[in-house]
Amino acid sequence: MTTEITYNSWFAEKMNDNGIHSQWLTDHHPASMPCLQIRLLDWAHTARLARQLHMRFTALWAAEGGQHDEHTLYTYMIFAHSEHRHVMIRTPLRSNEPTVASITSHYMAALRMERSMQDMFGITVEGLPDQRHWLKHQHWPEDAHPLRSDFPADTTMPYCDGQYPFIKAEGSGVYEIPVGPIHAGIIEPGHFRFLAVGEQILNMEERLGYVHKGIEKRLQGMQAEQAIRLASRASGDMTVAYGWAFARACEQASKIEPPARANHIRAILCERERLANHIGDIGAICNDAAFSFMQAQMQRLREDLARLHQQLFGHRMMMDLIVPGGVSVDIDKHAQQLLLEQTQQIAAEVEQLRAIYADHAGIQERVIGSGVVTPEEADAIGLTGYAGRASGLHVDERVEEAYPPYDQLQVRIPEGKLGDVATRVWVRFEEVAEAARIIATLLASMPAGDICNPWTPPEAGVSGIASIESWRGEIICWARFGIDGRIDRCTLHDPSEVNWLGLELAVRSVPVPDFPLNNKSFNCSYSGNDL
Amino acid sequence: MLRLFRKALRGGVQTEPLADAEHEILRIGQQLEPLIKARYQGSLAIRAVDGGSCNACELEIHATNNCYYDIERFGIHFTASPRFADMLLVTGPVTRNMETAVKMTYEAMPKPGLVVAMGDCALDCGPFGRDNYAIAGAVSDIIPVDVTIAGCPPTPTDIIQGILTAIS
Repeated sequence: MTTEITYNSWFAEKMNDNGIHSQWLTDHHPASMPCLQIRLLDWAHTARLARQLHMRFTALWAAEGGQHDEHTLYTYMIFAHSEHRHVMIRTPLRSNEPTVASITSHYMAALRMERSMQDMFGITVEGLPDQRHWLKHQHWPEDAHPLRSDFPADTTMPYCDGQYPFIKAEGSGVYEIPVGPIHAGIIEPGHFRFLAVGEQILNMEERLGYVHKGIEKRLQGMQAEQAIRLASRASGDMTVAYGWAFARACEQASKIEPPARANHIRAILCERERLANHIGDIGAICNDAAFSFMQAQMQRLREDLARLHQQLFGHRMMMDLIVPGGVSVDIDKHAQQLLLEQTQQIAAEVEQLRAIYADHAGIQERVIGSGVVTPEEADAIGLTGYAGRASGLHVDERVEEAYPPYDQLQVRIPEGKLGDVATRVWVRFEEVAEAARIIATLLASMPAGDICNPWTPPEAGVSGIASIESWRGEIICWARFGIDGRIDRCTLHDPSEVNWLGLELAVRSVPVPDFPLNNKSFNCSYSGNDL
Repeated sequence: MLRLFRKALRGGVQTEPLADAEHEILRIGQQLEPLIKARYQGSLAIRAVDGGSCNACELEIHATNNCYYDIERFGIHFTASPRFADMLLVTGPVTRNMETAVKMTYEAMPKPGLVVAMGDCALDCGPFGRDNYAIAGAVSDIIPVDVTIAGCPPTPTDIIQGILTAIS
């Protein structure tokens, strides 16, 4: 168990060197991921400095003030450095006509988050190169800003007329293909607008927000024990990682560490989730190139995983096992044995299948060189998870933040560079093997003791943050508490918010029929993006 | 290629009669086979629609196609177009941003057609709640529903049972 007490002042010192004054906020935890308040006029300069220091941008959001400053509206952003960890920056906005400068010119990935912030809060983002609404669809009233406190959660909004102008291209032979929101397969809804010439994609534009469920608004006013059920359903296929991110943000705020045994169990569940999703997706990618043998084999293995979860934990996807303070289920000796045997047997089978995949000219011909995101592009947008690791961005929160129990492990990160579908698949094969190794290591070193510490919420106004490496990439959760231990603002950031941009970049050079293959190789979440 | 054939052959047939508790469904399934033959020319086409789910329900719908459940053996398959569908299988609370698309899909389906609302959210909006600006309602608030399947998410067995119940 690690306890961070020293304030991580690295970025504050750098800002100071550049004439940006900042104040460390003591009602935010942990101090290793500090929150620094800056002046409004320094907002964009700070982002520029972070870019110069080769920091990653991970999230941007707004919040109304907490217990003691209800009338202030704040904007927040987070940067991460491979050695100096995360830092949160916040600035107060003017109360009449709240305005903030755009940081999109420094970090492209901020664009959609700034658009969402305009939609949700009515904040004007100055210099934003794209003023279209994002989460707010064309039929919403113009003055609806759901995350403002004067907007009741149960508001019934009238339907309005509106248009969403897509990017156009002119010239002979250019045509549009509108796809969605309901897709051909059994997947989540979203709209893709292709501009194509013949079979070649010129541009693909995403229009998301269809599964916006008002999760952040609904979390407000909930007790943590109740809220975690909702946070765990931000994206159902990452339920363990979301539960962990939310629980850890709350625990950081309250300065509660779960027992060592609980951390071990959380990581075992999270790695099993990684196995199930990587295995399922490798099968599905192959299926999109008509290699159905691999699909049949991989879905069989995925089902084996789900069945053992049902047997041991009472839920095929391991939902609701993580609670604030620890976990609700123990892994006894017998369960440890079953988990170890199955994990190793499945990892061995995946290796066999990997040899078949590597040997199969038909699938290799489709995946090699398709949908390239170069390391420069990946760095420009801050690609995360396996998509980043396939394009030279070898970031992993299990190493960077090294939250327990990963602080005791040496996680091996696959280091891909080529950034095509083949490399993204390669990273996932590598991570299946690594997840299996981690599960075996954790099972062999299970600490004795309790699985849950009592949960007590912090004082009103206190907030906590966590960054958890889900199978898709980095999840950020920030939670601030109000009176009676209720959440008064919580934000969740899905890795897909950034990785959706990667897909747009990847498919600029591929023929239309290769889009599904590329889409599956990123497999971004719609629900986690739209919240 | 030899390795591929070896793997495929050694794996053998994994499709199973649904586990003990579900022998009931298999029985219903067998009784229904002549019914599906007569009413649906031997094949029931389903259009799955995500009205706003968290994606857990979709994963379990996928699982009904894996070799253990092999839903196609009952003459059931998933179609890309509502125009060919005999049944809509709708998941999620219907979000405001999906309401129009869900209604249009229903209208595009030839009638008479069946609608199955799948998962706790489809039934009553689940943890997302009806009293939510972003949620248009449960599936039955948007389009007429014939059968519901409870669960968060329902297991593949629950799904198959629900579909068979809808047909009978």
